[in-house]
Amino acid sequence: MSNTYDPVEVTPLHADEVARMEAEALAAIEAAADLDELKQVRLAHAGDRSPIALANREIGALPPKARAEAGKRVGGARRAIGEALAARQAALAAERDERVLVEETVDVTLPWDRAPRGARHPLTTLQERIADSFVAMGYEVAEGPELEGEWFNFDALNIAPDHPARSEHDTFFVGSVESGMVLRTQTSPVQIRALLSRELPVYVISPGKVFRTDELDATHTPVFHQVEGLAVDEGLTMAHLKGTLDRFAEVMFGPGIDTRFRPNYFPFTEPSAEMDLRCFVCRGASAVPGGPPCRTCKSEGWIEWGGCGMVNPRVLTACGVDPGRYSGFAFGMGVERTLMFRNNAEDMRDMVEGDVRFTLPFGMEA
Amino acid sequence: MKFPLSWLREYVDLPAVTAQEVAERLTAAGLKLEAIESVGHDIKNVVVGEVLSIEELAGFKKPIRYCSLEVGEAAPRWVICGATNFAVGDRVPVALPGAVLPGGFEVGSRKTYGRVSDGMICSARELGVGEDHGGILILPPTTQLGADVVELLGLRDDVIELEITPDRGYALSIRGVAREVATAFGVPWRDPADIEPPVTDAESYPAAIADPTACDRFVLRTVSGFDPAAETPMWMQVRLSRAGMRPVSPAVDVTNYLMLELGQPLHAFDRARLTGPIVVRRAEPGETLETLDHVTRELHPEDILITDASGPISMAGTMGGLATEISGGSTELVIEAAHFSATGTARMSRRHNLVSEASRRFERGVDRELPLYASWRAVQLLVSIGGGTAEPGVTHAFADVEPPVIEIPADHPDRVAGVGYGRETVVRRLEQVGCTVVVPDAAGAGPSADLLDGPDPAGPLAVTPPSWRPDLTDPNDLAEEVIRLEGYHRIPSVLPAAPAGAGLTEVQRLRRRVGRALAAAGYVETLAYPFTGPRDLDGLQLDADDPRRRAVRLANPLSEDEPLMRTTLLPGLLKTLVRNVGRGFGDVALFESGLVYRPEPDAPATAPVLGVDRRPTEEELAGISAALPRQPLRVAVVLAGEHDRSGWWGQGRPAGWADAVEAGRLVAREAGVEVDVRADRHAPWHPGRCAALYAGGELIGHAGELHPRVVEAYGLPPRTCAMELELSRLEATLPGPAQARPVSAYPVAIQDVALVVPSEVPVAEVEAALRDGAGELLESARLFDVYTGEQVERGHKSLAYTLRFRAADRTLTAEETTAARDAAVALAGERTGARLRGA
Repeated sequence: MSNTYDPVEVTPLHADEVARMEAEALAAIEAAADLDELKQVRLAHAGDRSPIALANREIGALPPKARAEAGKRVGGARRAIGEALAARQAALAAERDERVLVEETVDVTLPWDRAPRGARHPLTTLQERIADSFVAMGYEVAEGPELEGEWFNFDALNIAPDHPARSEHDTFFVGSVESGMVLRTQTSPVQIRALLSRELPVYVISPGKVFRTDELDATHTPVFHQVEGLAVDEGLTMAHLKGTLDRFAEVMFGPGIDTRFRPNYFPFTEPSAEMDLRCFVCRGASAVPGGPPCRTCKSEGWIEWGGCGMVNPRVLTACGVDPGRYSGFAFGMGVERTLMFRNNAEDMRDMVEGDVRFTLPFGMEA
Repeated sequence: MKFPLSWLREYVDLPAVTAQEVAERLTAAGLKLEAIESVGHDIKNVVVGEVLSIEELAGFKKPIRYCSLEVGEAAPRWVICGATNFAVGDRVPVALPGAVLPGGFEVGSRKTYGRVSDGMICSARELGVGEDHGGILILPPTTQLGADVVELLGLRDDVIELEITPDRGYALSIRGVAREVATAFGVPWRDPADIEPPVTDAESYPAAIADPTACDRFVLRTVSGFDPAAETPMWMQVRLSRAGMRPVSPAVDVTNYLMLELGQPLHAFDRARLTGPIVVRRAEPGETLETLDHVTRELHPEDILITDASGPISMAGTMGGLATEISGGSTELVIEAAHFSATGTARMSRRHNLVSEASRRFERGVDRELPLYASWRAVQLLVSIGGGTAEPGVTHAFADVEPPVIEIPADHPDRVAGVGYGRETVVRRLEQVGCTVVVPDAAGAGPSADLLDGPDPAGPLAVTPPSWRPDLTDPNDLAEEVIRLEGYHRIPSVLPAAPAGAGLTEVQRLRRRVGRALAAAGYVETLAYPFTGPRDLDGLQLDADDPRRRAVRLANPLSEDEPLMRTTLLPGLLKTLVRNVGRGFGDVALFESGLVYRPEPDAPATAPVLGVDRRPTEEELAGISAALPRQPLRVAVVLAGEHDRSGWWGQGRPAGWADAVEAGRLVAREAGVEVDVRADRHAPWHPGRCAALYAGGELIGHAGELHPRVVEAYGLPPRTCAMELELSRLEATLPGPAQARPVSAYPVAIQDVALVVPSEVPVAEVEAALRDGAGELLESARLFDVYTGEQVERGHKSLAYTLRFRAADRTLTAEETTAARDAAVALAGERTGARLRGA
C-alpha cells in the first residue's frame, strides 16, 4: 500500500510530527486514570493502528539515505512511549492492588451449604474396603442370592436337617417351613455357588446381607452383613488361614492389633476356629481378676470377630471337589461388628435406622 | 453349663491354680469361658447353732419368734426370726453379729420388735445356695455346734460357666470337662464313671427295645424301701445350686446330680405306678401323653416313647410322663438310664418345642456305654440318702453297635494344620481324647511301641473313638483334636499366594460408581430392612393387580404387619425419610441400592433339597433356581424439602420432580447410557409428574413427584419426590470401554432458535427432532428458556435452544451452519408441529 505513495510526501516522518505524536501519547498515558483507560491509551498510541505505528510502516518507502534517520527518530519515540506505558502500568497496578482489591474484600468465612451433602452408608463402604483388601491379594468378589435354596444354605454346608441352626428359631423360612427356601442365614452358601461355578483353584470374597430372626436391639439386628472368604487349592493349611486373617485384621484395624485363634465348631469347617480381637474398649483389663468390668466384651477381654476353619471335606464332596487332592479354608466376619470395633459405632440401631446424622460423617468411605 | 471348680477338683489333681487360669486353658482347648462367678468368698462368721427356746411374739402382722441359740459360746445368743419352720432342738446356721452374708450384707446386733436381736438365723437363699426362702435351713442333727457353716457346706467356690459347642456333648458334664482340665494341665484325673457294678444275671423291672434305631441301650435298676421323707444332703443341694439347678427331692436331685457329673440323663419312675413290662418304641397313631409340665401332647409316629402296658409313660430323653412321676410317697423307685438316638431326640424336642437338660444332651451325643454305670451310681446314692435296698438285679436291653474305625495317615493333622507334630504327638493326643489307636492290620497284636516306632511318619493309623465322642467320625475331626490340644497358638501365620485375580467385574464397578455418584449429588445412603406388608403397598396406591403386589411371603416374619419381602425399595426409603423429618431434618435426600424379590407367578412352590454325597447335576441345580424368585438389584432415591438451600445468598429451591428424574439420568449415565424420558402414569407417582425412564428402548424405572395420596398415606412432606430404577437391567447392557472421539480444533458456530410448539408436546421429542434434523455437524443442543405467556399464542410454549455446530475437518461456513439449523427446525416442525417463533 505504502509503495504507492510518493516517498517525498511522507509527512508523518517529519521530526516535528513525530515529536507531536510522542507528546500526545505521553500526555494520554499520564492522563489514564486506571488500568482500563490505560488499555485504551495503549491501543490508541501504541497499537497497530496508532499514528506512530503507521508512521513506522512508512519508513520502508523512504530513500535509503533518509531511512536511517527517520528510523532513529520514530524508534526513539516508540521507545519513549513504551517506557511511559510500562511505568504507568506499574503505577496503576500498584494503586489497584492497594485500593481497589481492598475495597472488594468479602467475608470469606461466610458459610456455603447451598448444595446438599450426601454420604454412602459405612456398612457399604466397609464391605468395599474389605473386598478391595482381598482383591489386592488375588481374590475375586463372588455373589449369591439373598433368598436362597435351603440346600445351599444348610445341606451342602454339612448342616444336617436336625441342626439347631435350621430350627425356626434362627431362620426366616420362605412360604412355608417345607418350601426348601430361606433367607440366607450366612454368606456361606456363596461358597457352594463359587465351588460349583468356578474353576479351581478358587479364591473368593463375598460380602453381603444375611438374615436371622433376632429382634433389633443395641447388639442384634435381624438383617446384617457378613463377609465370606473361601480359598480352595492344593496344599492349603490352617497356617494359611491364620496368615490370611492376621493380614485382614491388620488391614482393618491397623498394625499391632491383638488377635486370638481359638477352637470353635461350625458344621461346614473342620477344624473350626473363632478369630477374637482384643477388646477395643478395655484392652483386656476387665478380664484380669479384680479388673474393672467391661460391658463391651462382658469382661472376657476378647470380642468374637468371626468364625473360620478348614473347609469340611464333606462340603467339597457335595460340590464335586476331590477332598483327596484339594483342601481349603473359609471364614465369615460380621461387617457390623467390624464397624463397631473399627469406627466405634456402639449401637446397632444407628446402623439400620437411616438417620442422616449417623451416616453423613462417614462421607464417601468409612 | 456351669462347673463349680470344687467339683472338678474332686476328680482332677489340679495344682493351686485360679479359676481364671483353668478357664483360659479350657477356652484355648475349645471350651469357651462365658463367665466366672466367685461365690461365698465374702461370707464369714456364720456358725452352726441349736435352737434352745422359742418365744412366739404376739401383736405383729406376721408371726415373729424370739429364740435362744446355743452356738458353742459361753452363753446362748438371742435372735429375732420371722420363719416358723424350725423347732427347739433343730440345728441351724446362725449369722453372729459382725457376720457378712453374700453380697456384702452385714449382720449386726440391733433392736427390733421390741427385743435385742443378736444375729440372724439364715435360709438357704440368704447363704447364697439356691432359691429356697421358704424357711430356715435346717441342718442335720449331727452337725457340730459352733462349726463354720462356710466350711461345712462348701459355700466358698468359683463357678466357671462354659459355652459348649453342639459337637461336644461329652463336655456337658463334670466328667467330660475334668478330662479336658487334666489334659490341659497335664495332671492325672479319675473318671467318675470308672466304677464296677456287681455282675449279676438277675433282672430288674422287665424292659425291651422294640426299635433299635430309636434306642440301643436301655438299663433299669430298682431301689426298694426308700424313705420318702428323706432329704437331699446339703452338699448335694449346694452343688446343684452352684450348677444352676434347683434342688427338688432326693430322687430328682440324684438323677440331676449324676446327669451333671456324668452327662447321663436319668429318669426315675414310681414302680407302683408302672403296669406290665416296659417297651421302647415309636409312637402309634393317635397316642397322647401328659408330660411333667401338665401339657397333654399329641405324639408323632416318629416320637420315641417309653411305654408300659398302659401306653406311653415318657418321651424318651425329653420329658417324663405325669402319671408315673415320683411322688412324695414313692418308696419303690425304678431308675432308667438309656442311650437314645441323637437325631430322634432332636426331632422330637423340636417337634414339641420342648427343650430339656436331657434332650440337650441326647441330641449332642451321650456316651453309649454309660447307662450301666450311671444307673448303679444312682441307686447307690439314693440308698445312701433314703435308705432301702439297691436291688442287685439289672435290666439291660441293648442293640449291637459296631464302633467306627477311622483310618488316617499319621501326618494328617500335620497336613491340616501346617505344623509338624510328629507321629508320637498325634498318637498321644488321640489317646488322651480316649481314642484307641493301632496300626491297621496289626490291630490287637501290636503294643504302642510298634505304633510309635513305625518307620513311616505318614504311615496309616486306625483310630477308634471312645464311646463318649460320637462327634468323631471323619479324619479332620481327629486332626482337630490333635491341633486344639497342641494349641491353636502353635499354628504359624503364613499368607498363601493366591493366583492373580481379575479384579472387580464391570458390574461390581458400576454398583460402586452409582453409589458414589448419588452421594456426590447430595443423597445419603440408607439400608432399610427388606420386609414389607400390604399396608406399605396400599400406601403406594398400587392397583389390586399391580405386579408389585405379588410378593414372597415369610413363614415366620418378625412382625405380622410385614410378612412380605419387598418388591420395591420405596416403602423403606419413604419410612426412613419420615423418620428423618420427624427428627428435625426437613431437607432430606436419601438413596438405597438393594435387591427386591419378584416371584414368578408360575414358579414351583418348593425348591428341592438335594443330596450331599456328590455334586448335583445341572438339572437338579436348575430345579432350585426355578423355585427362587428373581432378585434384581434396584436403586432408588427419595427427597423432600429444599434441594438447593436458601441462605444468605438468597432463595433456594425446593426438591422437585426434575431432581428425581435427574437422579435417574445420573445413575444411567454411570452405566454409559443416556436415558430416554417419557411421560407416564404409574403408581406411586403424581399422574402428571411421572417420568418413565428408558434405556435402549427398555423401561428401566420411573421418577417424579409422588401422588398426594401417597404423601398422605406415608405422612410425607408435601411434594416429596422419588426415583426407582432396576440397576440389573442397566448391568445387562453395559457398553464396554468408553470410546474416545477426536477433538476438533476448528471453531464453533453458534445458532439460537426459538420454537413454538403446542404445550402438550414433550420437550424431549422436540429436542430429539432437532438433533436428528441437524445431522452430524451438531455438537450440542441446549434448551436455555421455556416461555409461555402473552408473547406466544394460547396453548403453546416457546422453546429457546442454543445449537452449537462444529466440523472435525474444517471451519464451517455460514451457509453450512444455516442449512443444518434449517434442517433441524424443519424436522422439528414435521414431527412436533414446531415453528420458528415470529415466523
